[in-house]
Amino acid sequence: MLKIDNLANEVAGKPILKGLSLTINAGEIHAIMGPNGAGKSTLAYTLGGRPGYDVTGGSVDFDGADLLAMEPHERAAAGLFLGFQYPVEIPGVSNVQFLREALNAQRKGRGEPPLSGGEFLKLAKEKAGLLRMDMDMLKRPVNVGFSGGEKKRAEMVQMGILDPKLAILDETDSGLDIDALRVCGEGINAIMRKSDKAVLLITHYQRLLDYVKPDFVHVLAGGRIVRSGGPELALELEQHGYEAVVA
Amino acid sequence: MTVATLPTRKDEAYRYADLAALETLWPLPAERIVLGAGEQGARAIVVDADGAQARDIEIVLGEGASYDLRVLNAGRAYGRVAVRVTLGKGANFHFGAAQLAGGDQTLEIVTEVVHAEPDATSNQVVRSVLAGHATGTYLGRVVVDRGAVGTDGEQSIRAMLLDRTATANARPELEIYADDVKCAHGCAVGELDAQGLFYLQSRGLPPAEAKKLMLQAFIAEAFVGAAEEERLTQAAIAALEGLL
Repeated sequence: MLKIDNLANEVAGKPILKGLSLTINAGEIHAIMGPNGAGKSTLAYTLGGRPGYDVTGGSVDFDGADLLAMEPHERAAAGLFLGFQYPVEIPGVSNVQFLREALNAQRKGRGEPPLSGGEFLKLAKEKAGLLRMDMDMLKRPVNVGFSGGEKKRAEMVQMGILDPKLAILDETDSGLDIDALRVCGEGINAIMRKSDKAVLLITHYQRLLDYVKPDFVHVLAGGRIVRSGGPELALELEQHGYEAVVA
Repeated sequence: MTVATLPTRKDEAYRYADLAALETLWPLPAERIVLGAGEQGARAIVVDADGAQARDIEIVLGEGASYDLRVLNAGRAYGRVAVRVTLGKGANFHFGAAQLAGGDQTLEIVTEVVHAEPDATSNQVVRSVLAGHATGTYLGRVVVDRGAVGTDGEQSIRAMLLDRTATANARPELEIYADDVKCAHGCAVGELDAQGLFYLQSRGLPPAEAKKLMLQAFIAEAFVGAAEEERLTQAAIAALEGLL
């Protein structure tokens, strides 16, 4: 589904990713772990197409298409979802309005008819229920006044509504208390653990992986993947730290 | 504010005006609204003409009277709306305005709110969206006369530049001749939040749609609570679409 080959980039003239390669197949959940400053969030933003994350080498193939040639909204319509470490507040724009317009823009991009207001609300209610989020919160402006945990749950509701093929989740577990972590973990499983979908989890800690069991774990350090393994690698990292494992 | 002869740039209230366009409209017809004690009124003005337009409106509010004026200044040529309000004792004036300009247009909103007697309140919210080489101006003077104690005057002025070539002039002014008054003004000129735009785009909104959604929210603050909020909003969205 996703084939990253020798990807290199620069942010503000500074090289961050330095030849990163990673292949993710449908039905797989991958976790990327690594120390601060390793380039984890940079990888997420680069795959999402954030301006200022300039690719200087390598390629990314997403279901047969050149991901790097697409605009951010085209990547979304192609089935990519980027879960933000720090979801952005958009004052004055309600979640419901924003998500309906976003979903219908994606559908339009794929040549599908738009959802009506009623159809959309039914879908939103179902997905909000999965994340135990009140519909009233979805009527409020995007992320404004939401706690850290509410923002992350709202991200997962967005993911449920937009129904992507591939979700790249950047530290979805940060800022979550134990209960919210479980709710988010179960949400990710319910929405994304399917044979035709895949997930790339970016995290510092093992704890999210207790709920969302990865098939593969990778260690990102110095802008590349330095080690890959099964779920046991995450436990090894948790016990011995990055320094010991990377060395 | 009505001047018999064509003003020049030396007239503060016309400093940024498109004088050539103004000349074609001069002299401006005077519009006068007078509310007696305790009366209430509201009005929404939508300027969306192809040609130049300039309006000069005078409002006099009696004791305890209340007036709600909303303006959408979004024509496709020079557009000027000037309002002079005199507030009696305990009167209330609410003004919400948005202006949207592109090309090399000049749009301006000029207000003078005179708190002539005690305990009156005035509240102004002005939002400008400026693209291309457009100029958008807000000149707003709040005058608190001697003896007008208990005055509460507020101005919230914001402009959004869609292009670095656009110009926003914002000049909120206070002239206070009384003690024990509360006057506040906030003023900001900025650009659309790049992070917010990327966030919306990452969910599937094309850039123009993402901008429109954010600008719609920005403008909405001028029209919230208006009796004709829906009409104003729809007209503003249509004008926004013309800019993006």
